[in-house]
Amino acid sequence: MNDLFHVSAAPHARSPITTRNIMQDVVIALLPASLFGIYNFGIRALSVILTTILACTVTEYVYCRLMKKQVNPADYSDVVTGLLLALNLPVSIPLWMAALGGVFAILIVKMLYGGLGQNFMNPALAARVFLLISFPGQMTNFAVEKISSPTALDYINNGAVAVVDSVSGVTPLAAVKAGETVDLFRMFVGNHAGTIGETSALALLLGAGYLLYRKVISLRIPLTYIVSVVIFALLFGGHGLDANYLLGQVLGGGLILGAFYMATDYVTSPASHKGQIIYGIFLGVLTGIFRIVGKSVEGVSYAIVIGNLVVPLIDKVTRPVSFGKERAKVEK
Amino acid sequence: MGKSTFLGGIHPYEGKKLTMDKPTTVLLPKGDLVFPMSQHIGAPAKPIVAVGDHVLVGQKIGEAGGFISSNIISSVSGSVKAIEKRLVVSGKLEESIVIENDHEYKTVEGYGTKRDYTKMSKDEIRGAVKEAGIVGLGGAGFPTNVKLAPKDENAIDFVVVNGAECEPYLTSDYRMMMEEPEKIVGGLKIMLRLFDHAKGIIAIEDNKPEAIEKFKQLTSSEERIEVQALKTKYPQGGERQLVYVTTGRKLNSKKLPADVGCVVDNVATVAAIYMAVARCTPLTNRIVTISGDAVSNPQNFNVPIGTDFGEIVEAAGGFKAQPEKIVFGGPMMGMAMYTYHIPVTKITSSLVSFLQDEAAVEESPCIRCGRCLEHCPLQLAPVQLAKAAAHNDEEGFVSMDGLECCGCGCCSYVCPAKIGLTQKIMQTRNQILANRKKAK
Repeated sequence: MNDLFHVSAAPHARSPITTRNIMQDVVIALLPASLFGIYNFGIRALSVILTTILACTVTEYVYCRLMKKQVNPADYSDVVTGLLLALNLPVSIPLWMAALGGVFAILIVKMLYGGLGQNFMNPALAARVFLLISFPGQMTNFAVEKISSPTALDYINNGAVAVVDSVSGVTPLAAVKAGETVDLFRMFVGNHAGTIGETSALALLLGAGYLLYRKVISLRIPLTYIVSVVIFALLFGGHGLDANYLLGQVLGGGLILGAFYMATDYVTSPASHKGQIIYGIFLGVLTGIFRIVGKSVEGVSYAIVIGNLVVPLIDKVTRPVSFGKERAKVEK
Repeated sequence: MGKSTFLGGIHPYEGKKLTMDKPTTVLLPKGDLVFPMSQHIGAPAKPIVAVGDHVLVGQKIGEAGGFISSNIISSVSGSVKAIEKRLVVSGKLEESIVIENDHEYKTVEGYGTKRDYTKMSKDEIRGAVKEAGIVGLGGAGFPTNVKLAPKDENAIDFVVVNGAECEPYLTSDYRMMMEEPEKIVGGLKIMLRLFDHAKGIIAIEDNKPEAIEKFKQLTSSEERIEVQALKTKYPQGGERQLVYVTTGRKLNSKKLPADVGCVVDNVATVAAIYMAVARCTPLTNRIVTISGDAVSNPQNFNVPIGTDFGEIVEAAGGFKAQPEKIVFGGPMMGMAMYTYHIPVTKITSSLVSFLQDEAAVEESPCIRCGRCLEHCPLQLAPVQLAKAAAHNDEEGFVSMDGLECCGCGCCSYVCPAKIGLTQKIMQTRNQILANRKKAK
């Protein structure tokens, strides 16, 4: 028998979970929201999704070839970024703009900072913010051609009860902000206007449930984030304990999409449990400030992007104390 | 008293079912026996026989080479064939005594006599343990007589018997617990004679319910002994985790269990103490598990120390197919070797063979998932330590408590990017410690 054995240092056992498994799980979790987005907004939503995914994947591939770096075998991280970006865009966005977002996300935020695991901000959200600032008109145009729900113009002109659809900003949230009663059930199911993936809380929660079950994410960040928003809205929203108002805050404005899928991104969230809770509260307070004190209806994207910048500091402060040791005294 | 479990840890594939229910078979070697002079922590022993000498079972052939050292005992009768360097489990060449077996197994005088340990003084008990060449049989190999003589014996209030056997595939301790439990209880009682203020705890992981039951019955009338079931999780059998879960006390890399009033020993060591003190039988044999998916008949063997592992492989039916990797010890902390023709020593508990090498995967970039932090049983930050190690940042490494790392392997195991965290951290840690030693 040929006596050649592998020799390497311990440990010799490895968990079966790989980076690719985790990315694939995220893609699966995003399918309900994606499919609902296509159903709600029409086939154009699919074009946007495919455009961003293609843009992200090609950008990374070209970059790696140009920089003579090894191209990572399909680890699905670009698919995740592309998909998340698409779900954050309005369906009517010009395809070239969506592609530009994809290129920005991968090239500027990810590759130029060191590639996988080194992005300093959530790439999809950073790209959304980039597009928001560069093309505010198209990015906040939620008028839809496929009519599954009436546009705001219909309501305003025909005097129908203003339930959903507004002209700018994330639709139902604008109504919440204005103090109107919103149809919570419709917000939950999601057949109203908004970006492609943020409308259906139901679809998003289904996916989140899958991620929790597969232990890809934990409830720490999403729960503290959402609860912090509710508490902030309770204290400072001016509507007190109005359940319709508070739940409207939760179901609208892409909070669920942000809390479960963007704030939980491994690379841009704290590593320790304590850090994650601090991060969730920070995001909640920031989102509350933007939504309630500020004029914009856009809270989540900016809150997370700013939160990302604070994460290294949170990590430094909350590094766990090693077993059997005391917390180190503050260095001179 | 104690806790229900420790923070962190992992649940790898247990692999115990391959061998746990098969009875241990005695295996007598056909070939020569090799006795390395270093089978323990501390100074190597010095040979006290010469080529051509005739030796008997139980005869001391190597004298302890210092305070922290141990005697080497012959496990067979025969003649000394050579004293030369031989390959041992760590891959090093160690000075060894090679004995040609005469297959008669003649013993030294007094071997096996029953002795009433209650009539022995504490020093006599410790002396017997020392003479018998007993070291920590769990794999560390620390000389047991030194462990049994801490600075202040009255400060010891717990004697913990480590029946956790948390490494996957290993079942030698389990088989001993099932087949010879009275020796373990007897050994514990002897140890309790040395520490008047101590209580005994026999700690067993709960994936071995029959063993727990057996010991509970055996010790039901013993006032000073308690049996504790431990939640099965790797590395529950590690010293720091074991002391924490049984007594609630925390250790770090600078403390010994004796510093928190505990003495911890593996079940096999405790049984060896009994045999040496109460039956005048020095340490000559040990139980070895041969397991893994590559071997035809995984099982446990009771073999004389010094037997070539090749004979154990043969007795287990050889390999079904060429394994990619063979590991001495368990898959988490064991040593991979390029050959299995090395001698059984006091501390080689097993040979686990794998058809496929799980660890032969490419590393990919860290995605900062935090799993390594979550599963580290010592609450270290492995990813940050590995980064400091890669940048040769000794100060950063030490300030993040890199020297605390016990090498359990949980971080490498869970990493989805398959980064060799344990390897990087242990290499840097050992380098720093070696440099410090040199500087002294």
